[in-house]
Amino acid sequence: MDTLTRRRFLIASGVTVAAGAAAYGITDLLKSAGERDPAAKVLVLVTLYGGNDGLNTLIPYGDPAYATARADLAYDPDKLLHLDDHFALNPGLTGLHQLYQRGGLAIVRGVGYPKPDRSHFRSMDIWQTAQPQRPGTTGWLGRWLDAAGGDPRLAVSFEPVLPPLLAGATSAGATVPGGKLTLPAVITPAQVEALGGPVPGESPARARAAACFADLMRVQDLMDDTIAEDDGAEDDDAPATATGGSAPPLDQQLALVARCVEAGVPTRAYSVSLGGFDLHAGGRDAQQSILARLDRPLAAFQQRMAGKGVVVAVYSEFGRRVRANASDGTDHGTASDLFLLGDGVTGGMYGEAPSLTDLDDGDLKYTVDFRDVYAALLHDVLDGDPARTLDGWGGRLEKAL
Amino acid sequence: MTERTRVSHLLRRLTFGPTAGEVDAAVKVGFDATLRTLIRPPGPVPEPELGAEPDPKDRQARQKQAAAALRWWLGQLAAGGAAEKLTFFWHGHWATSVQKVRSGRLMLGQLATFRKYGFGDTSPLVRAMLRDPALILWLDGQKNTRRAPNENLARELMELFTLGIGAYTEADVKAGAKVLTGWRVDRKTGKSVFVDKKGADGPVTLLGRTGTFDVDDYAGLLVDHPAHLPFLAHRLWIRYASATAPSEAAVARITAAGRNASALLTALCGDPEFEGTNGTLVKQPVEWLIGATRQLGLPVPQQALADLRGLGQVPMRPPSVGGWPVGVAWLTTSATVARLRAAQRLAAAAKTEVKDPEALANLLVVDGWSDRTLAVLRGVKDPRKLLAIGLASPEYTVH
Repeated sequence: MDTLTRRRFLIASGVTVAAGAAAYGITDLLKSAGERDPAAKVLVLVTLYGGNDGLNTLIPYGDPAYATARADLAYDPDKLLHLDDHFALNPGLTGLHQLYQRGGLAIVRGVGYPKPDRSHFRSMDIWQTAQPQRPGTTGWLGRWLDAAGGDPRLAVSFEPVLPPLLAGATSAGATVPGGKLTLPAVITPAQVEALGGPVPGESPARARAAACFADLMRVQDLMDDTIAEDDGAEDDDAPATATGGSAPPLDQQLALVARCVEAGVPTRAYSVSLGGFDLHAGGRDAQQSILARLDRPLAAFQQRMAGKGVVVAVYSEFGRRVRANASDGTDHGTASDLFLLGDGVTGGMYGEAPSLTDLDDGDLKYTVDFRDVYAALLHDVLDGDPARTLDGWGGRLEKAL
Repeated sequence: MTERTRVSHLLRRLTFGPTAGEVDAAVKVGFDATLRTLIRPPGPVPEPELGAEPDPKDRQARQKQAAAALRWWLGQLAAGGAAEKLTFFWHGHWATSVQKVRSGRLMLGQLATFRKYGFGDTSPLVRAMLRDPALILWLDGQKNTRRAPNENLARELMELFTLGIGAYTEADVKAGAKVLTGWRVDRKTGKSVFVDKKGADGPVTLLGRTGTFDVDDYAGLLVDHPAHLPFLAHRLWIRYASATAPSEAAVARITAAGRNASALLTALCGDPEFEGTNGTLVKQPVEWLIGATRQLGLPVPQQALADLRGLGQVPMRPPSVGGWPVGVAWLTTSATVARLRAAQRLAAAAKTEVKDPEALANLLVVDGWSDRTLAVLRGVKDPRKLLAIGLASPEYTVH
């Protein structure tokens, strides 16, 4: 299918929605599910909650200012995974290191936005809404979904609570639990569809509650044969910080994504996340261990997905302060690194590395606007219009995708 | 709005799911008297039996204690009325997680502080919270030394607990962190102590004032700050009234009640804009589940914790220090299935039988069904199915 036909496919699903979900039966669904256009790419967005310390992720060990600023938090260069004679990766990132050496990992340096906000919540809102001046109520993938017709199957997360990222103005991505989405015996598909009907004058929240029933009918078959039962246990071994996120472990989330991609479901964008990066204390060992919890599943996922048109982007709400605090941790900072990997990604380093000495109130000055990266993902992976989704933003990260 | 609708709205927002009997009683005395009676400090709350304090290294014993503490609290939420709902509000506000605190006893200690101070002037509350062992552990107060202060607690204190973004600067965060140095938690006794030699010395400039401050001075600067009351009014509004922010006029009217949580909440519920929020607020999963068990006359089910996990809200485990989301974030496809499943189990356990949509609305204190939902309910003959669909309906989920 060429790009035009692919767009028509997306628009067609949207038209079905607008015409009324009640008319769109389960049998029709069975026919359309499992038929993602093989040429359509898939985006997997990995959110690292808590502010990952970018300086100890892609480490400028060749810059003497690094060891000076970080004292006990700095790594001995011998312990690092070298990329060149200046930069190295954190020892926890062995899988990504190998990928870089094979030319499959793009590292974008100094990613941030104007007037950086050091609040976790405001800054994550800014990243998820892609609106640095005044974060609104829709996420950038939610707005892409609106433009692509609003079919909830196109954008999926595995958390019970909707990340702002997937909230559109007129639609919302689907959140699918680890278990099967089978309906309990107490209700029939016809009743679910009927509860999804709109009522004039209803409050937006109540209309959304109703729309969830309609969405449910469309999402149900999507996952039915794809996903095993969830054991529902708490992940108590996970490192706990005050900005943890509430998703299942990353390997589970990525395994679900892999099964969906392999099953050919129509989903084009997945949101997965890993929390625990808010390391104000005991930062170095804890970060290395959590980066390893990112690296292993990510490397395995990349191998499994090779050739299937999947692109992964990994980001966090900000990096950390250049100078360590006395608890061997770091406080909230600004610009950080962003990773891109997957089919069509040209490996290497992009963007200018921020200076460690010319600082903004103790923090790195950003060199790449994160919207440039989103624009590339929207255009090259999601067949979307970056300007429409990003409030007219005109820049774009070149060459990486 | 009829008087019955007005008091139903008030009871739905101030308590965890009013029963039809509670609505009848409130209609008799009227809106104002109901409001006065509801917002009152709690009476004595029994101490739960948690057993011996586990060895900090014994992970299983710690988890068992935390689970027992949570089970006890779920029962207390169902029994404690409006007072315990305010305790739950403060829990979501000073959102602290047992996942890092690793002590059910310290979590219950924090809740006891909310019961003791949460109804009055916020000054003693903030002072008590700055000494709260669970909060200190949660936000690395433990690790804060004067050599290079740790900013975690100072930042969240101003951003999330007292003032809100925009009312303080990055320099205030750094100065605040210095003032908070020196507090430690003794894990053995479960008490916080001030270790003077770890504290910062010398004057700082904090929120426009320069001096040598201790935590009580800092608490004073926060609660006297002009941003404090409007911030708190907003936070109360999004949990009790609507996920959409109140008008400036409403904020001005509410904050005129002064620096007292009971007075602010009373003013909020008495505000002319409060009535218009009916039918707009998405129930948090805890509100939905505890409310349903109350209305069905059931004890909190064994299954409650698994249900809450499926719905995305486990008390004592907020996803972050920012607390739980409000609004449509709760309205997802997976939560809809989880709600249907939980509703099916609750309906199966219920002793009450309802036979028609009108009786169902009365039992669940729903003002009325939309034509859409009514059409579905009319087609259901089985009382258990009727109940389950009612509990999962948009009209019950968004109140």
